[in-house]
Amino acid sequence: MNSKVESKSAELSVDDPFAAAFVEQDIRGRSLWVDAWHRLLKNRAAVVSGVIMTIMVLLVVFGPMMLPWEGDFTDWDNTSSPPSLETGHWFGTDAVGRDILVRTLEGGRISLLVGLVATLVSLAIGVTYGAVAGYYGGMTDRVMMRIVDIIYALPFMFFVILLMVVFGRHIVLIFIAIGAVNWLDMARIVRGQTLSLKNTEFVEAARACGVDHQAIIRRHIIPNLLGVVMVYVTLTIPQVILVESFLSFLGLGVQEPMSSWGALVNDGAQDMESAPWTLVFPAAFLTVTLYCFNYIGDGMRDALDPKDRL
Amino acid sequence: MRQEGVLRHAALRLLGLIPTLLVLITIAFFLIRMAPGGPFDGEKVLPPEIRANLDATYHLDEPLLQQYFRYLGQIISGDFGPSFQYKDWTVNELIARGFPVSATIGGLAMLLAFILGVSIGTIAALRQNSAVDYSVMGVAMLGISIPNFVVAPLLILVVAVYAGWLPAGGWDWSWQRMVLPVITLALPVIAYIARLTRGSMIEVLHSNYIRTARAKGLPEWLVIRRHALKPAILPVISFMGPAIAALITGSVVIERIYSIPGLGSYFVQGALNRDYTLVMGVVIFYGVVIVVLNFIVDLLYAWLNPRIRYDEAQ
Repeated sequence: MNSKVESKSAELSVDDPFAAAFVEQDIRGRSLWVDAWHRLLKNRAAVVSGVIMTIMVLLVVFGPMMLPWEGDFTDWDNTSSPPSLETGHWFGTDAVGRDILVRTLEGGRISLLVGLVATLVSLAIGVTYGAVAGYYGGMTDRVMMRIVDIIYALPFMFFVILLMVVFGRHIVLIFIAIGAVNWLDMARIVRGQTLSLKNTEFVEAARACGVDHQAIIRRHIIPNLLGVVMVYVTLTIPQVILVESFLSFLGLGVQEPMSSWGALVNDGAQDMESAPWTLVFPAAFLTVTLYCFNYIGDGMRDALDPKDRL
Repeated sequence: MRQEGVLRHAALRLLGLIPTLLVLITIAFFLIRMAPGGPFDGEKVLPPEIRANLDATYHLDEPLLQQYFRYLGQIISGDFGPSFQYKDWTVNELIARGFPVSATIGGLAMLLAFILGVSIGTIAALRQNSAVDYSVMGVAMLGISIPNFVVAPLLILVVAVYAGWLPAGGWDWSWQRMVLPVITLALPVIAYIARLTRGSMIEVLHSNYIRTARAKGLPEWLVIRRHALKPAILPVISFMGPAIAALITGSVVIERIYSIPGLGSYFVQGALNRDYTLVMGVVIFYGVVIVVLNFIVDLLYAWLNPRIRYDEAQ
């Protein structure tokens, strides 16, 4: 959509720059996305968080390849050594001589992956469920949302723990367990949005013009849902990362030799008195990530829905 | 008229709790029975006769559905059965032992969070867009973002190990041992409440009746206390439901880190040991606690908010 606007104005600008400026301004003013993007860019906290998160993702993905150590390599000459440039262990090592920097970055891969995949699982379930309930309305809607209400009242974390106990501690199950429990908010939001969109003037206008249902959903309902869903996805990712770290911290999440930030914080907390760096670095990475995601989500919410400021 | 409406609403909500609790028990029961490995699959293999005896004692040899209804009947009469792991204890006894500890920490944390959160949020709202506002809200965001299992070890390290002001863990009902767990548990809730209060307070402060109150010459603190605080607190009240659930969940981790013998510790131990009856007992018990407290919060909200009318058909 964006590129279309630009190419159109570029064409026009050749013969009539004044008209081009007019056209561009006009369309920009109307597009929800361009508008929202500008508002987001004005939010300094969100922009800084976005930059930090980009760096974090690059570090986590490519960092371990650049470093001389493997995550499970044990440097027996330097066990529990503090951070130093001389030994090459910039973040120090743990009690068996594993490099904390590499382990933190590798743990970050798991944490971010869980955050992303489990969010997608909850997105898929929630959007489908909510859209169906909202679209059909009536009795279907009432029954479906009543089910959501019932599940909503259950102690969520306890069920994730139950699921982990029952089905073992495999990483795929962590995705599914967290995602399967976390879709309720998404379903509620999507359902509400679909309900209100169904009766808006522009949908009615489209219907009056003879646009068929599929096209209405594609052209009018989904683009309007997307904003809310995107905001919610950014706010769900840190929640999911938090849940996974919580589980791993309790020893119910990812298992050795795999690691995640939660598991590393747990390890670090065991020998923090003798080697505080084993706690501090993974904890800092985890916290910075959650902090940034929360700011980005907040910024996006403000940008896409300026009425609903917190 | 309004009182009646509230009462009828309360009765309806109370009835609505039944399916929730039934679903809770059912899911918990069948999930845990799907688990591979039973409570008696230990290191050593038991002789088949002993195994059969054990299974018979705990009714594990009956068909699943029969076990389910037996369990349901037990629960309704308030009996969670014996613990598989703690041999001489019933689950009821373990809950009776652990819950007072957890409830004390949780209750104190909630109180602290409410008082501090509302005060901080109000201060930020009064100085909206000032340096105070930005730094307070930045710190609040940090409070939301730092997981409590990170805060807890750091607090222990700084306050207990390096400074030596407070004990690092353990439990003997003394206030010294309560300070760190309560603060850790309250921090994220303080942050949420502060953000909520700030948002609603800003909105309330822009309303006409506040302008009127100011116009008639009331000092600012009286405007806040008499007119702004109550409506601004309403979103906080409705947040208390999720907050209670968050506190209960958080207590699982907090109790583990501070070695507190609360219900959360029993739950994690039970989960790691496949102690069926204990895990189910705690899930159901906490489910009931959360559902009932949510119900109370809901009534409190209705009572505080004069705009809610329950006499109309909903």
